[in-house]
Amino acid sequence: MENDILRIENFYAYYDKTCILKDINLKFAKNRATSILGPSGCGKTTLLRCINRMHELSGGASVKGRILLSGKDIYTTEPMIVRRKVGMVFQKPNPFPTMNIYDNVIAGYKLNGIKLKRSESDRIVEESLIKADLWDQVKDNLYKRGTFLSGGQQQRLCIARALAMKPDILLLDEATSALDPKATSNIEKLINQLKHSITIIVVTHNIAQAARVSDYTLFLFMGETIEYGKTSELFTTPKDRRTEEYLTGKFG
Amino acid sequence: MSRISCKDYRSGSLEEKGSLRIVKETLFRLLLVAAAITSVFIVMGIFVSLLLGSWKSINEFGLNFIWSSTWNPAAKTFGALPFVIGTVSTSFLALLISIPFSFASAIYLSLYLKNGWFSGLLKFSVELLAGIPSIIYGFWGLFVLVPIVRSFEIKLGFIPYGVGILTASVILAVMIIPFASSMAAEVIKLVPQDLKEAGFAMGATRFEVIKNIVIPYAQGGIFSGILLAFGRAFGETMAVTMVIGNSNAIPKNIFSPSNSMASVIANEFTEARGDLYLSSLIEIGLLLFAISFIVNAIGNRIMKKMDVKK
Amino acid sequence: MNDMVKKLKLRQIQDKLFTAIIGIFSIAMLLPLFFILFYIIKNGAAAINWHFITSLPKPVGQTGGISNAIVGTIELIGIASLIAIPLALFTGIYIKEFEKNKLAAAVSSLTDLLQGVPSIVIGIVCYLWIVLPLKSFSLLSGAVALAIMMLPMIIKSTYHSLRLVPESLKEASLALGTPYYRTVIKVMLPAAASGILTGIILSVSRVAGETAPLLFTAFGNPFMNFSIDKPVNSLPLLIFNYATSPFSDWQKQAWGASLILIIMISVLNIISKFMEHKWKTTY
Repeated sequence: MENDILRIENFYAYYDKTCILKDINLKFAKNRATSILGPSGCGKTTLLRCINRMHELSGGASVKGRILLSGKDIYTTEPMIVRRKVGMVFQKPNPFPTMNIYDNVIAGYKLNGIKLKRSESDRIVEESLIKADLWDQVKDNLYKRGTFLSGGQQQRLCIARALAMKPDILLLDEATSALDPKATSNIEKLINQLKHSITIIVVTHNIAQAARVSDYTLFLFMGETIEYGKTSELFTTPKDRRTEEYLTGKFG
Repeated sequence: MSRISCKDYRSGSLEEKGSLRIVKETLFRLLLVAAAITSVFIVMGIFVSLLLGSWKSINEFGLNFIWSSTWNPAAKTFGALPFVIGTVSTSFLALLISIPFSFASAIYLSLYLKNGWFSGLLKFSVELLAGIPSIIYGFWGLFVLVPIVRSFEIKLGFIPYGVGILTASVILAVMIIPFASSMAAEVIKLVPQDLKEAGFAMGATRFEVIKNIVIPYAQGGIFSGILLAFGRAFGETMAVTMVIGNSNAIPKNIFSPSNSMASVIANEFTEARGDLYLSSLIEIGLLLFAISFIVNAIGNRIMKKMDVKK
Repeated sequence: MNDMVKKLKLRQIQDKLFTAIIGIFSIAMLLPLFFILFYIIKNGAAAINWHFITSLPKPVGQTGGISNAIVGTIELIGIASLIAIPLALFTGIYIKEFEKNKLAAAVSSLTDLLQGVPSIVIGIVCYLWIVLPLKSFSLLSGAVALAIMMLPMIIKSTYHSLRLVPESLKEASLALGTPYYRTVIKVMLPAAASGILTGIILSVSRVAGETAPLLFTAFGNPFMNFSIDKPVNSLPLLIFNYATSPFSDWQKQAWGASLILIIMISVLNIISKFMEHKWKTTY
């Protein structure tokens, strides 16, 4: 694959003694969108949460193996720094309810105690909101609480918040599952715009969505990589019987 | 778009280095644990201090302390029976008086009028009553209730002290009603709506639903509510001290002046001369502590099982 | 069939009767409240004037005031808050964040029990801990006694308010690379702030009227006191001493002090109500 930014090598993840991910070996291409598909409980969210070291936050969680971000093992790097380079958007929109829209966007800097010049933070807020396709809708209400926004707008605010940190990778964990179809299609459009300038990894249970947004697709089953390749190939000519069954709705 | 990243903020170069962060992180966690342990030490410390403080009296009188009815500082004999009787009788009487009121208002609040001005007034009043300090209840009792009880006693032919067990019980009842009422209302609210509706659907009247469905379902919670209200009345000090009459003899009837465990401590603690005297008063405190511990442990356990939010 | 109709009538009458009875009891419950408020306002208002609030107590026969008790109450509550709030806040965070821990479970149930400990017992203990070693009744010992009484309420309100903060908010902050302690301080505590502040104010309003724990600690003092190792007066102590005195003059002043105390407590309760609703965080 061309120009990988993220490599996962011999990676295992556990929860207590249960093995959730088994011997994962993957490469993710830079500035492309990759979908992770699989039936619920297959470990797709765990894999995503391992990439920004969020998995270890749940009690009893442990990992084995290496994940290399631009050639550097994230498990020997400070987790805080890994998380600043790998942004994440969650299932349910979760803007900070005590902050206004402006502060929500630069929350990553504020919370980390990074002082920015006013002009600089203004620029970051504007650029991030423009990238997240939200600027025109909120530019007159920047100092209002983010909680009055619609679900789709809140989710785009969360995307802007992640983009403001200028991450190398953006992780989306079923980011549209709590949204209505209109808002979902807007987010999908956004992913298609963003993927030219940032690496995106999407976990989804919506097969059609994976087809619409991603260049590459990974099919996980019972914690193992079953099939991984160009979305167009995997959807038209799946090599594994289980992938085919999943894509045609036979299980999952 | 890449104009922003003139500096790489993400690497943390401007912010805390990893090691500093770990130090702060560890300090924060230590602070949390230290606070938690301090809280534990305070409760343990209360028990240990009371035990050490009453050691002399425990050694001297043993179990007799609870059974002996002589409380004579001059003769250095101390028996707490009159106060135990005073406490138990005032608390029980208060509970008896308060139950119909708290029960009625709890049912009213939770089943009849969930909204509306009267329920609002009732709720507001219950909160206001709960906020009045006990010293003010005692003060009011002393100047308003005592004369009323005294005129009753004259009519009934008892010695017209005015102060005494009955007066203290009435004041206590007024004080625990708001507490018991809001507790019972919480418990009754937990009765599932579909159970009640099932009752109504069968043609039962509201009274029948309450009697046959609501009360049986909520009885555990109601019992523990009564227990916790009893725990409140038991340790109440100021209001009782002001109207109970402060007599160290065993009360003869409900009009007799008496002393409760808490009120004897309040009255005599600062004037207690001699180690044994003080130690005996502390032992009464230890008894109060132990009983409140048991009552609350049982009450809280039942409440927790029922998932009542206090 | 006729029998059934009769029975139904009877049941309906029974139901009406029950409604009437609980209605009457509910109203009767309110009577003492109105009585008490009526007495305090009637007698208290007559005693209160500017002189009463701003001057020191004087011997019987001369018209004195209660300024030292008002100041003393504020001093006691202020110092008690300084001790109790940080301790309770951190303890509350601990039992929320380490919920599965055995220590947290122990702290949580001990907190419940501490709430039930009679206040007079707290007074005894603070006498043993502070008054005896310092050989004097003191502002400090009274403040510690009140602080211990404030602990359980603040711990519980911190715990319950933090539990209402969705886990997703914590994750959002951590995913931005925010260290754990900053996440707690800058994201979770602000989101829970209205509940925590409500708890703090309610605990202050509760201990403002406490007398029993102060009898052998703060003790009371006819003069103004600002030193931490000297006895101090408070409104409830003054009410107790004056109400049980034989002088009608002092009794009158006790009504005035009661009214001021009730007003203080009501204001605090109203503020807490206001905060509970107005500042509530919506997610």
